[in-house]
This record gives sequence, structure tokens and C-alpha cells, in this order.
Amino acid sequence: MIVLENTPSLVLVLAVGVLCGAGVYLLLERPLTRVLLGIILLSNGANLMLLVAGGRAGASPIVGNAPPTVRMSDPLAQAMILTAIVITLALSAFILAMAYRSWQLHGHDEVADDVEDRRVARQAAVNEPAFVDTDAAETGETLDEEAAGLYDEVLERAERERVERERGDGDEPEPGEGPR
Amino acid sequence: MIDTAALWSVQTLVPLPVLVPLFAAGLTLALHRYANVQRIVSVAALSITTAASAGLIWAADNGPVVVDVGGWAAPVGIALVADRLSALMVTVSGVVLLCVLLYSLGQGIAEGEDDPAGDGRVGGTIPVAIFHPTYLVLAAGVANAFLTGDLFNLYVGFEILLAASSVLLTLGGTAERVRAGSVYIVVTVMSSLLFLTAIALIYGATGTVNMAQLAERLPEIDPTVRVALQALLLLAFGIKAAIFPLAAWLPDSYPTAPAPVTAVFAGLLTKVGVYAILRTQTLLFPSSAAVDQVLMALALATMLIGILGAVAQNDVKRLLSFTLVSHIGYMIFGVALASEGGTAAAIFYVVHHISVQTALFLVVGLVEWRGGSTSLDRLGGLARLAPVLAILFFVPAMNLAGIPPFSGFLGKVGLITEGVRDGSGLAWALVVGSVATSLLTLYAVVKAWNKAFWQDAPSDIVPDRALPRGLVLPTGALIAFGLALTVVAGPLYGYAERAARTSMDGFTYVNAVYPGGAERGQGESVEVSEEGEGS
Repeated sequence: MIVLENTPSLVLVLAVGVLCGAGVYLLLERPLTRVLLGIILLSNGANLMLLVAGGRAGASPIVGNAPPTVRMSDPLAQAMILTAIVITLALSAFILAMAYRSWQLHGHDEVADDVEDRRVARQAAVNEPAFVDTDAAETGETLDEEAAGLYDEVLERAERERVERERGDGDEPEPGEGPR
Repeated sequence: MIDTAALWSVQTLVPLPVLVPLFAAGLTLALHRYANVQRIVSVAALSITTAASAGLIWAADNGPVVVDVGGWAAPVGIALVADRLSALMVTVSGVVLLCVLLYSLGQGIAEGEDDPAGDGRVGGTIPVAIFHPTYLVLAAGVANAFLTGDLFNLYVGFEILLAASSVLLTLGGTAERVRAGSVYIVVTVMSSLLFLTAIALIYGATGTVNMAQLAERLPEIDPTVRVALQALLLLAFGIKAAIFPLAAWLPDSYPTAPAPVTAVFAGLLTKVGVYAILRTQTLLFPSSAAVDQVLMALALATMLIGILGAVAQNDVKRLLSFTLVSHIGYMIFGVALASEGGTAAAIFYVVHHISVQTALFLVVGLVEWRGGSTSLDRLGGLARLAPVLAILFFVPAMNLAGIPPFSGFLGKVGLITEGVRDGSGLAWALVVGSVATSLLTLYAVVKAWNKAFWQDAPSDIVPDRALPRGLVLPTGALIAFGLALTVVAGPLYGYAERAARTSMDGFTYVNAVYPGGAERGQGESVEVSEEGEGS
């Protein structure tokens, strides 16, 4: 087994930590552009980690360029980083296009809750009157009226969502402007 | 050891499943104005791929077929390796990709007649001009992931299919698809970054990313570091394979895509993750009881929670997406047993599940075409209105649930036999869990059957609308392929057992790729570059 002289530079390790930490923080945000920034930071962190894994810097890895006693740096790590950078670039461009499309459709690029989440939330809202102790509040309305009011609110929310969705769907792209 | 002259033709088969679709992708992109030529090129490319892979199945039975890409031997260059497991996976995925391609052509033609705008957006959803190139790139990515013998190249394969799948998922760019696509791409990019981190750490720990060399070096490193690396890889692949705590993205993103796209995703993409788990667990890492127990617990949770999700659904596409998650649990069960028998059963199950899950999604596409919806409340009476459709749904549904004599039954029997042989408490829990999951799957598909096919037809279903032959034939072909798996189950299971044996012992694989300084791959990469011959 080859023993690699691999003691990493502390600065690089710290940089990896900061990049990944900031990346994760941004990844947890709602708008897609911030998520994208998080992904870019994270991928830079991962790339830097590959560089660290390749060992310390040395002479340029071109044979005959350095005296035989000098250690060359590892070209494989750099080749892998280069590949990873290209891949991240392509995916970033795609995510940007998606954020732009989302902005075209909705006026913002926030990632919506998934369908199951929304369904569970809706069920919870529908069931809500059964769990709220309406007797405790003196509002002058009968329980039935209060329940009806709550129910309307739910319907209203559903209706608003439906309208929004239709507005989103109605805005079909022209044949020429879909993602190519 | 290997007679190079005799094997020349066999070795040329190995890169074909990657190269042919990639080349055809470029060709179809250049020919985007000629839809008919595009179709011919795509079908021809995938046919060649499938034929080449079938040849590999036969060739790999005599030992792994290795190709050094670019003429550099293993530790320096990147190797493509077709052993039994890879060859089997590539072939099954080739068949599935071809059937789904024919289906999507049928769909394009059928819906084009309904909507004769002729503006390049056939079916209102699929812009044909980019569909073919993207689909072919996806095929190349899947084949690359299956065939590679290099961990970093596996990452590249994943990224190729990820990029293509995101484009396919968001075809047309409607609001619903952009929403689903955002979740999908962020989750999968995240898993790729975890994979990349794992590669960096593995490279730091061992100084190589070649799988054969890793198989030799990983057992030598500090066990705590090794378990950490293993866990990181499992995390990355677990997201791709949709294992329980990491599966929430799947039922949310798959159902919004066009039917053929959902079908091919459901059949192949998660299985690439399962394949990666199989390969790394069996080849790279020595068996570790702790990891296996965690995997068993996760397999159980995946099965049960997935199928309970399916039972709660009221939309066929979402229902099937949850059964997909649930049945991933079976394959992980087989891997977690860490025995030859368990791995063989898992391989057989993967092959069965790729064909049956894709077929079911294609049938659901037909149901949507015929009934105008995938919601079980708005469907009905299809058994009377479209008897052919009923048969097409019934056969793979029973196959999925594991009713004898279909291949689903045989795969589950294999897994349960191995679980009983293992005999530990967790294995018994998994045996009980798999039977329960099988019954609940039956309950879920029977519920779909009752509502879509037997309840009274709602008034808005068109009474007579003949199913287009272009959609029925590919679906039928894929279902026939699933039935053929039942017919050849004996030889196939034997092949899976041999595949499991080669990937478990590791020696055959390592010796084929990197025979430690014998006739191929002389010297270490470091020495080679220092001697002035390296890359």
C-alpha cells in the first residue's frame, strides 16, 4: 500500500468547513435562487475537499518539467475537480432556468410545499373546528355559525389556491419559449 | 488467461451501450427538424444497445469483460467492466428503454391526431425536438452507471442521467412540473454532492477511485474510517434509491411527468441507486454486522411505510409511486442479508421489479388516455369499456403483488427463504414485514382495480374510444417480457446466483480488472507517472 504524504493545510480545511456550512444554511432557504447559491457553495466545498485529498502542492505534473527529486502534485484530483465543476455549472444553469420559469409563472421562485403536505394541511384545517374549544370564547354567535365561518375560511383558502393554480396553468408557454 | 484475439469482438460490445445512445443523441439533436428521422435513429440506437447488452450477458458468463478506455490500463485509466450483474442490468434497462421509447412514439402519434396543430409540441406536453436527444442521453447515463469500474465515473454516470431526467421531468415547463422538478433536482443534486464528498474522502484515505483497487485497499484502512465512508456512500445512494427516511421526494415528483417519462424513471432511476448499493456493499466493503443491521431496519421501514402510503392514496400514479418506494425495501432486504443467496434474490428482484413497475406506469398512461384521469374517484367501468386495458393492468398488478406463478412471487419466495435461513431476530421481522407488504400491495392494487375497472362508469368517460395500437403494443411487449421472466425464472435465478457469487468474492472482479502487476495494469499509477509514462 502506498503511503501518501497527506497532511492537509489547515486553511483549506477551514475553507471547506465554512463553504459547506454556509451552503447548508442557504440550502434550507425557500427561494430557488438562494438554494442554488447554497448548492454552488456546497459543490465548491466538495471540490476543495477533493483538492485536499489529492495531497500537498508540488511541482507541476508534467514529466521532465521538474527535477526527479521534487515531488509532483497529484493531477488526478485536479482532473476530477475539473469534471465536477463542469457538471455543477450545467446543473446550476438548469436550476437558474427553472427559477426564471417559476418567476415567469408565479412572480416569485419559492419552492412550494409538496402535494401530500398540502393535502394533510387541508385535512387538518377541515378538521380544525372539531378540536377548537369554541365554548370558551363569548362571541355571541351560535356554535353552528362559528363552525360555518371556519368552514368558509377553509373553502376560501382552497378556492384561492385553485384560482392561483389555474392562473399558473393558464399561462401556457408559447411553443418557442419552452425550455429547450 | 484471456485469449485476446477470440475476445476482441466481445470487448467491443462493452462500450456500445454508452457510446451508441450518446452518438445518437447528438445526431437527433442535429436532425431536430426531421421528426421521422429522429424516431428511426432513436429506435435503431436503443435496439443496437439492447442487442449488444444481450451479447454481454452471454459473454460475461465466462468471466467479467473489461475494456480499458483510451488504452490506459486499469489503475491509470478508467475501466468499463461488464460482469454478470452489470450485463444483466444493462440488458433489462435496454429492453425497458426501448419499450418506453416505442410507447412515447405511439403517444406522440396518437395525440397528434387529436391535436393537429403540428407545432412540434405533440400531445400538448412533449416537445419532440428535445425529447429524443434527452431520452438517449438518459439511456447512456444509465448504461454508464451500470458498466463503469471506477467510482468517479459512476458519479459522472449519475450526473448524466440526473441532468437528462430533470429535463424530461420538466418537459413543457408547466407550473406543476416546475414545482415537482425543483424539488427533484435539488434533492438529487444534494445526493450527488454527498457522493462527491464521499469520493473525495475515499480518495484521501486510499489514493484511488478504481473499484477493483478499492476492493483491495479499503479492507486495509482503519475500520472506523471505513464505516464512515460506507455510511456516506449509503446516504448518497439511499437518496437516489429512495430508501425510507430519504424517499419523500419520489412520490411527490414522479407523478407529474408525462406517462412514459414516469414509467422509465420508476423502472430505472431508483434501480441505478440500488445497483450502486449492491456493488459497493458486496465488492468494496467487507461485510460489517452493524451496517447490515441498520440496512435491515431501514428495509423494513421502507417496505411498511411505503406501502401504507400507497394504501392511503386516491390517485393511481401516486399509489404506484408509493408501491415503488415500498418495493425498494425488498431489494435492500436482500442486500442487507449479506449472503450469496440474499444478494442473488435481490438481483432477481431488481430485474423483476424494473420490468413490472415500468409496465404498470405505462398501463396507467393508457388508463389516463382512456378514462381522462388518474384519480380513482373519476374512473370507472373500464373493465367493460376496455377489456384489453383490464388485462394489461391485471397481469402486472398481480405480478407486483406477488401472486403465484409470476416472477414477483418467485423473487419474494427467494428473499423470504434467505431471510429464514439467516435466522436472526431482525431477519424474521423482515420476513413477516415482506409478507405483510405483499398482502398490502395486493390490497392497494385491488382497490385501484375495483375503483377504476369495476365501479360504475362516470358519465364523462367517452363510451367508445379504441385504444391506439401504438400504445398497446409496447405495453403488451413489456408485460410479455415480465411474463417471460417467469418462464425463464430457473436459468435467470441461476444466473443471478452466479452474479452474486462473483460480486461477493471480489476476487474474480479484481483479478479481471487489475491483476496486481501481471499482464495488465503494470505498476501503480503513482510510479507510472513518475517514470514518465503516466497521463
